[in-house]
Amino acid sequence: MLDSKIPEGPMKDKWTNHKSKIKLVNPANKRKYHVIVVGTGLAGSAAAATLSELGYNVKVFCIQDSPRRAHSIAAQGGINAAKNYPNDGDSIHRLFYDTVKGGDYRSREANVHRLAEVSNNIIDQCVAQGVPFAREYAGYLDNRSFGGAQVSRTFYARGQTGQQLLLGAYSALMKEVGKGAIDLHTRCEVLDIVVVKGVARGIVVRNLLTGEVTSHSADAVILATGGYSNAFYLSTNAKACNVTASWRAHKRGALLANPCYTQIHPTCIPVHGDYQSKLTLMSESLRNDGRVWVPKQAKDDRSPKDIPENERDYYLERKYPSFGNLVPRDLASRNAKYVCDDGFGVGATGEAVYLDFADAINRLGKDVIKARYGNLFEMYDRITNSSPYQDPMMIYPALHYTMGGLWVDYNLMSNLPGLFVLGEANFSDHGANRLGASALMQGLADGYFIIPYTIGDYLAQNPSGQIDANLPEFKESEQKIKDKTQKILKIEGKKTVDDFHRELGKLLWNNCGMSRNEKGLKEALEKIPEIRDEFSKNVNVPGSDADLNQALERAGRVSDFLEFGETLIYDALHRKESCGGHFREESQTEEGEALRDDDNFAYVAAWQYQGVGKIPNLIKEPLTFEEVPLSQRSYK
Amino acid sequence: MKNTIELTLKVWRQKISEDKGKFETYEVKDIDTSMSFLEMLDVLNEKLTLEGDEPIAFDHDCREGVCGMCGAIVNGEAHGPQKATTLCQLHMRKFKNKDTVVIEPWRAKGFPVIKDLVVDRGSFDRIIAAGGYISVKTGSAPEANNQPIKHENAELAFDAAACIGCGACVAACPNASAMLFTSAKISHLNLLPQGQLEAKERVVQMVEKMDEEGFGNCSNEYECEAACPKEISVSNIARMNREYRDAKFSV
Repeated sequence: MLDSKIPEGPMKDKWTNHKSKIKLVNPANKRKYHVIVVGTGLAGSAAAATLSELGYNVKVFCIQDSPRRAHSIAAQGGINAAKNYPNDGDSIHRLFYDTVKGGDYRSREANVHRLAEVSNNIIDQCVAQGVPFAREYAGYLDNRSFGGAQVSRTFYARGQTGQQLLLGAYSALMKEVGKGAIDLHTRCEVLDIVVVKGVARGIVVRNLLTGEVTSHSADAVILATGGYSNAFYLSTNAKACNVTASWRAHKRGALLANPCYTQIHPTCIPVHGDYQSKLTLMSESLRNDGRVWVPKQAKDDRSPKDIPENERDYYLERKYPSFGNLVPRDLASRNAKYVCDDGFGVGATGEAVYLDFADAINRLGKDVIKARYGNLFEMYDRITNSSPYQDPMMIYPALHYTMGGLWVDYNLMSNLPGLFVLGEANFSDHGANRLGASALMQGLADGYFIIPYTIGDYLAQNPSGQIDANLPEFKESEQKIKDKTQKILKIEGKKTVDDFHRELGKLLWNNCGMSRNEKGLKEALEKIPEIRDEFSKNVNVPGSDADLNQALERAGRVSDFLEFGETLIYDALHRKESCGGHFREESQTEEGEALRDDDNFAYVAAWQYQGVGKIPNLIKEPLTFEEVPLSQRSYK
Repeated sequence: MKNTIELTLKVWRQKISEDKGKFETYEVKDIDTSMSFLEMLDVLNEKLTLEGDEPIAFDHDCREGVCGMCGAIVNGEAHGPQKATTLCQLHMRKFKNKDTVVIEPWRAKGFPVIKDLVVDRGSFDRIIAAGGYISVKTGSAPEANNQPIKHENAELAFDAAACIGCGACVAACPNASAMLFTSAKISHLNLLPQGQLEAKERVVQMVEKMDEEGFGNCSNEYECEAACPKEISVSNIARMNREYRDAKFSV
């Protein structure tokens, strides 16, 4: 049933062959087609701008007050491309290979190869838009090594690469808005995907300022609505990030793939209190010069400066001598958890490790370190009141990115015809673990260089239908949304929305976080329905549905997390192997490293919705590896 | 070791745009000084909710100082007392026990109040739509390294591009001028070789849109620069004025 539609032919020719064979919509007909784009991060803005340039009618929706604020903006580190400017041996093949291996052999080779192929076009496009990438004194683009890569292929813009890339995509979007070619709706939340006769035909949205619920029909719908890290309550995601659009598409039949693949970023500022609303990431680039350590003696409460060199455990350097502090994210995170679980953690909660720049400052001087990380050090100082120039940073892992998402075929179309999913919202390119600087690459690849071709192929085969937003499918959905809103407002219980969100988040973090086991997952499966049940009886959402009501917005999102969380756990429970960000304690080597089970689990797990609280139906898409031979990752 | 303080908050409450609005006073206790300002408001909102009141509406999203969504006037200063800091990155250690803290929305003709501390900054998007872009269609870009850019210009462009579009510059300006925002975007693009072809149209269209949106003029108070969380320089305004003059008189 699951046809991934991977083109025939040798890996390196698949995308080229596919592009030369797919159907085209002639220029005069493009204006007859209507496309809805939901979300204005890198993927959504890039797609909307490009499709509008091609001549399609594009309607765009975002929940923020401006498309420029989507969470892509917060990415710090960089964007990969196989330009090989440093002449250090990079190539499309190498970027492809590293990404498949880094994803722990749980991604589709063909998708990843295409990603590597278009990576260079992205850099060209962004530079032409005026994205101010870092440059050398000679005026040419600068690159750095990032996240353990053996080559320098990461383009960056100080510590704000995501912001600068998003401003580029946003400016392209606004160019089309200014021409009157794109119809932009801000502060609107998508609450349903409307499916007519098995085909995605539109969306139902709630205007967050007026509470008005309206229907919008189209020939195709693109979801670029980001990831679901906020299911865990505390994450590095912006507060408004949510799973609602994806989850509601799932409830309409779209398959959800690999939800248990979540990425926990090793270098975040540790939790400091119950009131904490979010976690802040400190760029991975810090590990290029920072050394991670904990005291050798458990519960050592001396100031780090008073702990002599021989009483420090640089555990990453000790365990992984060839990669040291630059091991991939999953390894760095898990090892931080281990040392803290064993009582070696530092700081007030014991859930932190040191990231120390003293050696780098001695070797390179404070000025060099300041030039590299000055803005990050300031940010850290502002939040923690401690200067990394003087004292080591304290860091701890936090939920950061979700590799799982809606299932899509090679054309980025879900199993629901007409519903396309881009960027973090889909599952496609990162397998079980995403490498640093590749999220931005994927978002822009999907938006600028893949969807413009593949959506044309779909539209060309489907006559432009004047689907009426007054069809009963739309009206029924509107009514259901209004009823649900009224129901939530009438509960008038004793707990706030955040109380429930925190409770769910803690449960997911403890039982399905950096390491997972059958007992903990089964326990979570018992508890989630209890929280959900209490939510439906005891949540308190004040105010009305006729004006801006932020508690009501959150209530809708949390109610979806409470349903989605269970599917995430089912996925984690069924995948009895360890791979990438999914570490099952039952599946490890004698040395305690993750142990994949390729004989039984080399597949994409796509889940089909069966009802709230019902076990979803598992559909497998087998993964084959032609170019990158399966091997156990080793960073020793 | 935890330090806690208690504060008297005077917060602007306004149900909808058309209402007059007024200050309400709230007492908050046990505020951990390592909380962020927005977390302090969260704590108050949780309390208000459980007491049956409507929580204070305020915009926020990334809570790490980059999305530009949050912002309020705190004791008369846009984003509060800490220099180069967005409201979400302001921490309660900057306040003293028993302080009174007055919290208001951005106030400007170009930013109508929507509710409580939330304002409509759609005017900024419309200024960008008037010319804040380089018209390069996807796919038509040349090889990125074909055009080296002088390091100094690239850095200046970057300094301007760091603007997060929060609107503090407008809120801080006695004339509610949007010239720092508008000039930052113009400088970012006009300083780069890629932005040259459209440079004149860009400055004219964006400046005229800015005026049309009801923002005031610059009278060299420098309040915008002082309030800017990204320390965007007022020299961008001078550059914009120069380019606007040249563009108008050379056409």
